[in-house]
Amino acid sequence: MNSRTIKVDYLARVEGEGALYVKIKDNAVVDIKFKIFEPPRFFEAFLRGRTYNEAPDITARICGICPIAYQMSSVHAMEDAFGIKVDGQLRALRRLIYCGEWIESHTLHVYMLHAPDFLGYPDAIQMAKDYPDIVQQALQLKKIGNEIVALIGGREIHPINVRVGGFYKVPAKQELSPLAERLKWARDAALETVRWTATLKFPDFEQDYEFVALRHPEEYPFNEGRLVSNKGLDISVHDYDNHFIEEHVQHSNALHSVLKGRGSYFVGPLARYNLNFDKLSPLAQETARSVGLSHVCRNPFQSIIIRSVEVLYACDEALRIIEQYEKPDKPALEIQPHAAVGYGCTEAPRGILYHRYRIDDKGMILDAKIVPPTSQNQKTIENDLRQFIPQHIKLPNDQLTLQCEQAIRNYDPCISCATHFLKLKIDRE
Amino acid sequence: MSIKRKPKLAVWKFASCDGCQLSLLDCEDELLAVVDKVEIAYFPEATRAVAKGPYDISLVEGSVTTQHDAERIQKIRKISKLLITIGACATAGGIQALRNFKDVKEFISLVYAKPQYIKTLDKSTSIASHVRVDFELHGCPISKHQLLEVISAYLYGRKPNTPAHSVCIECKRRGTICVMVSRAIPCLGPVTHAGCNAICPSYCRGCYGCYGPKETPNTSSLSDKFSDSGLNNDSIMRMFRTFNACAEPFRKESETREIEEARSKRREARRE
Repeated sequence: MNSRTIKVDYLARVEGEGALYVKIKDNAVVDIKFKIFEPPRFFEAFLRGRTYNEAPDITARICGICPIAYQMSSVHAMEDAFGIKVDGQLRALRRLIYCGEWIESHTLHVYMLHAPDFLGYPDAIQMAKDYPDIVQQALQLKKIGNEIVALIGGREIHPINVRVGGFYKVPAKQELSPLAERLKWARDAALETVRWTATLKFPDFEQDYEFVALRHPEEYPFNEGRLVSNKGLDISVHDYDNHFIEEHVQHSNALHSVLKGRGSYFVGPLARYNLNFDKLSPLAQETARSVGLSHVCRNPFQSIIIRSVEVLYACDEALRIIEQYEKPDKPALEIQPHAAVGYGCTEAPRGILYHRYRIDDKGMILDAKIVPPTSQNQKTIENDLRQFIPQHIKLPNDQLTLQCEQAIRNYDPCISCATHFLKLKIDRE
Repeated sequence: MSIKRKPKLAVWKFASCDGCQLSLLDCEDELLAVVDKVEIAYFPEATRAVAKGPYDISLVEGSVTTQHDAERIQKIRKISKLLITIGACATAGGIQALRNFKDVKEFISLVYAKPQYIKTLDKSTSIASHVRVDFELHGCPISKHQLLEVISAYLYGRKPNTPAHSVCIECKRRGTICVMVSRAIPCLGPVTHAGCNAICPSYCRGCYGCYGPKETPNTSSLSDKFSDSGLNNDSIMRMFRTFNACAEPFRKESETREIEEARSKRREARRE
């Protein structure tokens, strides 16, 4: 009997600690576990008894890669609870800071975490020896994302300026102008990134996924919209808990999220693109088409191109916002806390991030629920591997392992987020 | 001509948000210069390649929260010439040390449906409470400029220049008007370790202590000042109990205020 194990004890170039275990018997996959061993940190538990206005600073600490996402989902949930709506330039500034996070996080993943897989390097630093100009350009593009976050948020990681109701301080128009000049360069660099990623070699691998993302009538989604899918889901964020459930499995410190009665689903750049292509800026649409993409993309390996299209969109959108910006009169709306339940769902770089809080009449958090994108993609990642491995089963273990890792990195999994996640092991019997 | 080997740098992760190690990748202008001087020998967030130890410099992010990690840090210490902790999790236990004030079993059942699958220690603890640490870099997150300073200081065999004074001094240096004096905004600046360049006050909010306690902080005097301006003990307790909740001076102050709060509640109950 021919059997083997593929095992990666500590998956590299993902955020956090994860592993993969695959057992193969007679050239068939008999077991797959995408494991999350990142130690649990219990955020939902210690949010109890904190005040509503502490949520953005505390939940930011779930993830150093996408703190803005946590801050945005939490402030939107609180504002939903207290019945206030942040609009106008304050709302625009929130979109702008989110553009910064997408540019920074996506560029990091495209060039430093994912591209080395396609080109056969262990990391971007080795890649830089053969592709110095590309890696330099990547670092500068990433830096501009960070500059947006730092200018509006105070610093790149765990920004300090986001609050329920708005910001502590808002920038003057002239403070944003130097960014505009830099963003014009970034938009060109992002355009080149789309063209460059499209030249990479992609395995022929398409699946019939259920994509889930926000959809907004006027814009590509960041902070608001209805939760929609390509298979008929169309609900308000308030109804999230009626349609999605979290399952606790033994091999993971992250909860697996599924759609009730339907199972696994797919969140992130590919989902957003498939559900919102028409809302991308004309330049982003045109560039996607020019490299041979249509409005539908079902190959998760091509997520590297889609991420680049989203970086291009974010540069375009950031420029639009800066051009139309006028400093708002007040940095934040006033909040009158009262007993209520609030729901928030925003598009983190890796997909929808759901927050729900129950607040008492003094503004204290009674309970909290947080569902990060990676825990929603876990099941889909395992399904992909179940389909992908049989197609490549003849490869020797080291190459098969590398391909499995690449298939996982398609999702840019953020394991620190999911644990509130991974080791790779392939077992052949 | 003798060719000297590049020092080996390793980056280790314990319970954390990954933000502090990301700071190294956020050095967009300096990263390629850094890797010119050191060999990235172990850094799973950035590379698949693993060079064997021992390592000249180990940067450790995160706190110890599992038995497995308590054993792992011992092994890391043995293969590291210099061990530097980066960030509030590694130096003080981090935000996850809020469990240290509560019953962790209750926490597990609040987050996970099947608590029997979860293996965790009762407390989240700093790296220094397990092994000898050569240098602690504060901050939640750390400052990437300070990280570069610490790495280059050790490369050239000098002491890192990371001032231990308070955030107040940084405000004075950059000319930020005191938010506590001018706007009566409660601010932890007087007792908080410098390093961030006093960002919060420059954005019209009080410092929330993410760099942890400075040397010899007078926390009780600051708390009294907060009380005078109308903050209750419960609010003061929460101010000291965040990202550095288990750094000794902050832990003591929050516990003092917790006891005070309990006393005043008992007094109120007797009056009724």
